[in-house]
Amino acid sequence: MTVTGFFTDSTLCIGCKACEVACKEWNDVPDDGFSFSGLSYDNTLALGHSTWRHVKFVEHDAVIGRGGNAPELMTWEFSSDVCKHCENAGCLDACPTGSIVRTEFGSVYVQPDICNGCGYCVVSCPFGVIDRRPSDGRAFKCTFCYDRQRAGEEPACAKACPTQSILFGDLEELQRLADARIEKLHANGMTDATIYNPVDTSVGGTHAFFLVRGDVRAYNLPPRPEVPATLLPKAWTSAAVAAGALAIGSILAFALGARR
Amino acid sequence: MKTPDRASEKRLDEIRREAGVTGRVDAKGIRANGAPLPEASGANGYYGLPLLKQPVWSWEIPAYFFVGGAAGAAAMIGVAAGLSGAEQRLVRDARWIAAIGANLSAPLLIADLGRPERFLNMLRVFKPRSPMSAGAWIFTAFGASAVGAVILPGRLRDLAACGSAAAGLGMATYTGVLLGATSIPVWARHAAVLPVHFGASATASAVSLLELRGHDDRALNILGIASALIETATGARIELMDDIESLPLRSGPTGALTRAGGVLSGPVPLLLRLLGSRSKKTRRLAAASSLVGSLITRLAWVAAGRASARSPAK
Repeated sequence: MTVTGFFTDSTLCIGCKACEVACKEWNDVPDDGFSFSGLSYDNTLALGHSTWRHVKFVEHDAVIGRGGNAPELMTWEFSSDVCKHCENAGCLDACPTGSIVRTEFGSVYVQPDICNGCGYCVVSCPFGVIDRRPSDGRAFKCTFCYDRQRAGEEPACAKACPTQSILFGDLEELQRLADARIEKLHANGMTDATIYNPVDTSVGGTHAFFLVRGDVRAYNLPPRPEVPATLLPKAWTSAAVAAGALAIGSILAFALGARR
Repeated sequence: MKTPDRASEKRLDEIRREAGVTGRVDAKGIRANGAPLPEASGANGYYGLPLLKQPVWSWEIPAYFFVGGAAGAAAMIGVAAGLSGAEQRLVRDARWIAAIGANLSAPLLIADLGRPERFLNMLRVFKPRSPMSAGAWIFTAFGASAVGAVILPGRLRDLAACGSAAAGLGMATYTGVLLGATSIPVWARHAAVLPVHFGASATASAVSLLELRGHDDRALNILGIASALIETATGARIELMDDIESLPLRSGPTGALTRAGGVLSGPVPLLLRLLGSRSKKTRRLAAASSLVGSLITRLAWVAAGRASARSPAK
């Protein structure tokens, strides 16, 4: 099986939210509330247990030549966010039931028939993606349309995207495409375009990666995400020291106490 | 209050003229009420929204940290007391605290699951890279051996007690790893000290429970002083740090909770035990303070984790 990926190019996104709708419809994801945020045109705000694709409306002060209707108006960028399907996934490491697995397509998948809703994946994702659904009790996130991929189809969001902002395919092929795209954009003068794929952190790269403009923090993407497993050596060392101190300390205390 | 003047009235006339001639007004500076609009930027992040998800755990999990920790440390103290030939009643009470604690822990852990009926799925696999998985196995071993240490006959009972002490060392400390090795900034920041902190808190609780049961072995006071010393140092360290990650431990409601837990488990019992070690009453007071402090400390750390995840992305 070939390792597949998502390449989401925000410079092609028109903010239509077809991906959000297609995802919800194919995966039967329940609604996540009807509220008005007042933050640009984004009332979804974040990925979550019931939002597996999320179009960000990155609105900021006018930057000449960076889109928007007129120089004096706010500038807009759109970007469709999704679970990153990390090479070293915090949620997968953390899952104590073995519910979260790596599929034959290289994606990270939560098996709903095994998850018992312990919530440990929620605090282990450096991107704030996976969450427990209160109405259900289990943890949910993007499945990378595992069912569709097994049937030889592309994920619902990629299929519904009208501008090819969401590209699905062989991961290495997509990385080549992204490199060519960024080269072209830079040549065209869009020098602030960058690829967001944290390959040089402990995450080790993601199977869903992005092309965005400017500071990635404006897209709520962490500049240097790290998987919690990097903290295991020092945390377990501390636990061993504490356990040793308790064992030796209590034996010594009673030996000392008995001397009187 | 503004005073209308020639310039302001001329400006309003201009706007009326522009609207009349072009059918719209798009002059610079006209923005929605409440402008400037919220912005997504490097400094603001995505409209200042949090990046991470909050821990979903409710009160059962910190309560388990407290109960399970005390039970684990009690099992170790029971064996240490047995080795030195201390009073048999102390050994027996320590074993009972371990066994009762293990039995209280199970319902707490199960109640917090999103799907409680699937709690046995915790034992489907063993994953050393998951502190939650390691903890589930440590807890299982502890529960079985701690119960064995009070119901099994003869030598088997002592063997089970030794097993429960070994697993108890894990129970008293692994919860620090469980919180530390995560993406929650305030927990991750303290990954190297949380297990020691929680271990000391667990030891203090076990000692306190035994003292409140009426035991006055000098060893208990020594252990009480040692853990209060560690708790004082942990609290002082938090107060002296000035990093952003630890802010929830120092300010706001979670800061107050952390401070309350820290004072009740650190300086208060330390002073009481050092100054009044000869008075039974003072030692009991120190025990009660440690016990309440330990519970508050666990609640505070989980609350601080929620606050930490809620704060806007850096």
